This record gives sequence, C-alpha cells and structure tokens, in this order.
Amino acid sequence: MSYTATLGRTDYEFDSIRDLLATANEQKTGDELAGIAADSDAERVAAKTALSGLTLETLYENPAVPAAQDEVTRTIREGLSDRAYDRIRSWTVSDLREFLLDAGTTDEDVRAIRDGLTSEMIAAVTKTMSNMDLVLASSKMTTTARCNNTIGTDGTVSFRLQPNDPTDDVENIVDTVREGLAYGMGDAVIGINPVTDSVARTTEILRATKEFMRDWDVPTQNCVLAHLTTQMEAVEAGAPADLLFQSIAGTESGNREFGVDSALLGDAYELGQRECTADGPNVMYFETGQGSELSNDAHEGVDQLTLEARCYGLARQYDPFLVNTVVGFIGPEYLYDGKQVTRAGLEDVFMGKLHGLPMGIDACYTNHTKADQNDIENLAVLLTAAGANFFITVPMGDDVMLNYQSNSFHDGATLRQLFELEAAPEFQTWLEARGIADGSALTATAGDPTIFT
Amino acid sequence: MTTNDNAPSDDAGGVERPTNARRLERLTESHPSRIGVGRAGPRPRTQTLLEFRADHGEARDAVTTHVDDNLVNRLDLVAVRSRATSKEEFLADPDRGRDVSDETVERLREGCAEKPEVQIVVSDGLSSTAVEANVPELLPALLDGLDARGLDVGTPVFVEYGRVDVMDAVGEALDAECCVNLIGERPGLATNESLSAYFVYGPERGKSTAKKSVISNIHRSGLPPVEAGAEIAAVLEEIHEAERSGVDRGER
Repeated sequence: MSYTATLGRTDYEFDSIRDLLATANEQKTGDELAGIAADSDAERVAAKTALSGLTLETLYENPAVPAAQDEVTRTIREGLSDRAYDRIRSWTVSDLREFLLDAGTTDEDVRAIRDGLTSEMIAAVTKTMSNMDLVLASSKMTTTARCNNTIGTDGTVSFRLQPNDPTDDVENIVDTVREGLAYGMGDAVIGINPVTDSVARTTEILRATKEFMRDWDVPTQNCVLAHLTTQMEAVEAGAPADLLFQSIAGTESGNREFGVDSALLGDAYELGQRECTADGPNVMYFETGQGSELSNDAHEGVDQLTLEARCYGLARQYDPFLVNTVVGFIGPEYLYDGKQVTRAGLEDVFMGKLHGLPMGIDACYTNHTKADQNDIENLAVLLTAAGANFFITVPMGDDVMLNYQSNSFHDGATLRQLFELEAAPEFQTWLEARGIADGSALTATAGDPTIFT
Repeated sequence: MTTNDNAPSDDAGGVERPTNARRLERLTESHPSRIGVGRAGPRPRTQTLLEFRADHGEARDAVTTHVDDNLVNRLDLVAVRSRATSKEEFLADPDRGRDVSDETVERLREGCAEKPEVQIVVSDGLSSTAVEANVPELLPALLDGLDARGLDVGTPVFVEYGRVDVMDAVGEALDAECCVNLIGERPGLATNESLSAYFVYGPERGKSTAKKSVISNIHRSGLPPVEAGAEIAAVLEEIHEAERSGVDRGER
C-alpha cells in the first residue's frame, strides 16, 4: 500500500509507513547518511501531511521492524495496555497532537492514554510537532520515580554529577564530587563512566563514592557506567551500587551490538531489586541517543527518531529511575550542528516523557560537531521550560575523560535560579542543612568544594 | 569606579573565600578537571569562562582549517583529495573521506612509485593542526628509520579530507604491501595537536578496522613526533616481516 499527499500542484507518494516516517523527519545528517531522508523541504512537509492523517491503529499494525524478527517490537507490544489502546486506536496522528496541546488536557488525561501508545505512534506525532509544541506538551507531563531520592516532582529539576577521570583515579573522582555537590548537583545520580571496564575498577569506584555519600549523609544514588554484565558481577560480589546502567538501542540487532538483550535486562532488573543498596523500587538507568543503531549498522532501514522512540518503549518495561539521551555525543554525521542537536534533544525528552519515563538529557557536543557551549546552554533553558527531569553536569562543561562538552555545574545552579526550581526533595533538605542552597538559590558558601573537608 | 562589597577580590579566578585554602590548593593543583574555579553568581568567573572558550576555539579551528599548502610542498608530498569536496561534506559523510575517485587513482599512479613495501599517507582527518605540529619532525625520522631497516618506501602522499581507511584506497591504487596513515585525531580541549598512525598490511578497500594497528596520542606532551617516527618505522618492519596487521598480529 502507498500513501500520498498533494502540496500545491505536486503529488507525493510514499511506498510504506517506514518511508513516510523517515521522510517526515526534520533534517538530520544521520537520515541522509542512511539514504532515507526527504529529498526536499516540500517533500518533508508532504510526508508530515500524509502522516498526520494516519490512524494510530495503522501505526500499531505497521511497526517499524516486524515483530517476528525483532524482540524490541515484541516487548513494546506485550507491554501495551489494551484498554488504553482501545480508547485511541481510531484517532489520527493529528488528533493526538491536538489532544496533547489542548489547554483542557491534563497530566492525568495523558496518563490515561499513554500506555496504549506504541513507540511508532509517539514517533509519528513528534514528527508533526514544532519545537515549541514539543516544549509545551512535555511541560504538562510529570513523570516521577523513586530510588533513594524522588525524581521528577513538580517544582524540581535534578542533575547527574559526572565526575569522570582520565585515569579512573578515585581521589580525583571524589574531589570532583565535592565540587559538584557544592553547586547543588548530584541529586539524580553520582554517575561515573570508567575508562577501564572491569569488575575490580567498577567495585573500587562504587565503594569510594558510597563511602563519601555515607560520610556526608548525601541522599542520592551512585552508579558506575561499565557494561551491565560488569556491574552485575560486581554487585553479586557485594559492591555497593544503587543503580544498574546500560546503553540500549531500538532494535534487537542494535542491542546485540551493545551486548544485551531483553533476557539480560530482565535478569539485571531482578538482581537490582534484590542486591542493589538503594531503597528503590526504581533501580535501572538507561542511556540512548539518535543515530546509535545506524552507527552499529543495526538500523534496519528505519529513521533515527523512530528508533530512538523504540528505545524508550523498551526502557519502560524495566521501570527505570533515570533515562537520558546523550544527544550530541555521536558526531556530525548523525546530528550536524547546534540546530539538529537542539531539535533532537527536544524530540527525545518529549518522547521519553510521553512513554511515561523519568526523562533527562545529556545536552552535549563533540569538537567536530558544528556547535558550541552556547547551543547547549540554549537547549538546557528550553528543556527546563519543558520540564525535563534531569541534566548531565560536568566541571565547567568539560569532560576530560570522554573528551566532549556537556552542561556545567554552574549551568545547573543557574537553571534552578532562573526557573525557581529546587532539587529533589530529600536532596534539597540536605542542601539547605549543609548551607549550600536557600530555596532555588545558592548561598554565599556554595561553590566551595572544601566545605566537605 | 564605585566600590562594591560584592565585587570579587581576586581577579585571577577561583573560589574567593574557601573554608580550607590549603585543601583547595591541593585539590586544584594537579587535578585534570576544571574544579575549584569559583563563581560569579551562579555563573563561572570571567577568566575561567574565557579559558574554556579559548580551548574550544582552538579545537574547532583544528577541525575546520586546512593544512598549509607550503608545508605539503616542502615535505614533497603528492597532494590529492578524498571523494569529499569540502570540510562540511567530509564531516557529514565519513564514507567520502574513506575513498578516492578513479581520476585520483590515475593521478596517484602517474605521480608515485608503484608496488612499494611501505606507502606513507598523511591525512588531515579531524585536526589539520595535528598534521602541521607533528609531521614536519616525524616524517624525516620515519624515513630515516625505514631507510636504516632497508625497507623500500614509496612516494609519500597527502590526502585532504582523509579518514583512516583512505589508506586502503591509496594502497590499493599503488599496490603497496603495507600502508601507514598519519592522521589528525579528533581534538579535545586539552590538546588539539594529537596525531595517530594507523597501519595496514595488504591494503584494500573495505578492509575491517580490526585488521589495522594503531599508535595514538602523538604530540609534544604525549609521544613526541621524533620518537614516534622511530617507533612507527619499527612497527612497519614488524608488520612487513609478519605479513599481517591488527587482530591477525595478535592484537585486540
């Protein structure tokens, strides 16, 4: 079956839903690299037009990758609520967009339908929305989760403190933790990407961060972002981890490249419930990012936004505490410049929240992407307005281990002040007791890492 | 100028009135990250901000600028281009940077010795700065090392808009036994001058990355260029004698 739209005097025809979804994307180098992008701006809009008229049932029946060949498709289907799906199956994509934007639609109303939405439906509506549409719709949705902290409640914004070190030196790592905490960062997680993926190194960093958290009564979570199997082995041997982390993809073959499948994720979830040091119940942490499937040659001919949506469809089966897109990390062959990174960041946070996830973002860029710190400061302002649950922060925005730039500890403190937001409630109480924050503002002693000595 | 109690007392940046000044000094002295930097309201202090922007500016320049033609001539490199026609295209479509056109193959065959044991390729990659900073010292040391080992070296080639795998296309065109690609690495904020040397035995288009070997982090404060030249010559001799590179050489 083919799908058509007419713009002016030109008729456009699209061979399949997959083709329609790809062509309807805002411009991204990754879709061009895959050879599936729109040939012109007019064709792009024609595809959006045709897509907006499809019913959600049509999208349900045409997953981007057939269920028979892909366990991500099957997992998303199995997790769907039939009752919620029945309420919306006859809606068009356009109906869904206008429902989300309607002034009368509340957070509760969205909650009542979202478990009936497949990732393809969410991808489709995203493609028909402008940047400000995405900000508005995101801002309505509250998604909370609980580990040692509660993340995502109204009036709060949280931050991951990312104290990476080029040699995994635990003293350096803990000193960066001191710096970040002095700016009120770290309520989402103190999360370290290790240089060396080993059980010994993972255990050492988990112990050092946990010890610091106990010494100073810091109400947060720790996590070392080694491969999931490394973390599981460390935790089984008694390492103190609050969260278990894994990068995931939107296809079965993409996940295979990451060395995971749904069975392993299920095992990790069970282990986390039993053995993690956290209160829970949410003990999983996932990272994603548009373009990762294509870079692993696992995109199955599907566009990068739709694949990203499917990551969230997979993630929501494991009740995570944190999910974030690492939006500008992948490089200019997938997201070329600040404009493309900004668009993808807004799309990802919206899609994550519409999947019901406690959604955050690593607003970032590499040095070969045509972007600079101003671009991700802009993006962070937009996404705080959109109600993103959390952001990644590193000292002065410079991650000296992964060699890329993200938001800074200063950015985190600025966003709280600008939008009059506080940290996660348990952490806010601690910040005020330690004399670091006064409501949304920093105190005079904030920013001094030696208060923790 | 009026006096203001809120005006920072120390123009050099840093935390203004630390709880523990000695601890702060120890904390920031040898730490690789930008910590203990202080603040102006919730924002960074001016000098801290400008240092960060300066490092990023230099990194961007390394990516977007071109290797000086005079340098290419002075080093007697035969200059060609990958299939990319601009920096923008090179960055947006990596495959173009991995290949050369049929016309370029012809030009290489006309301008270079064929069937060498070692073909040297220099590529701008993601840092032209790295090429300019290292290759003038590295190349003579490498040529001396190869000469001392009695290896037959072809005509060194410069590929503009080149990726690592462009050495496969060049080596295939010239029927080289081994290739080395001296290529600018993606710059970080700490250095924009880092160069890598990638090696392949039996270059051919589409050869997997696993079949390649690498020496990275070549720059003044890493592996210095002259020492790197000697080391690269030694690796080329090993690859030549073993008749293999990468995983085939027992690397992971």
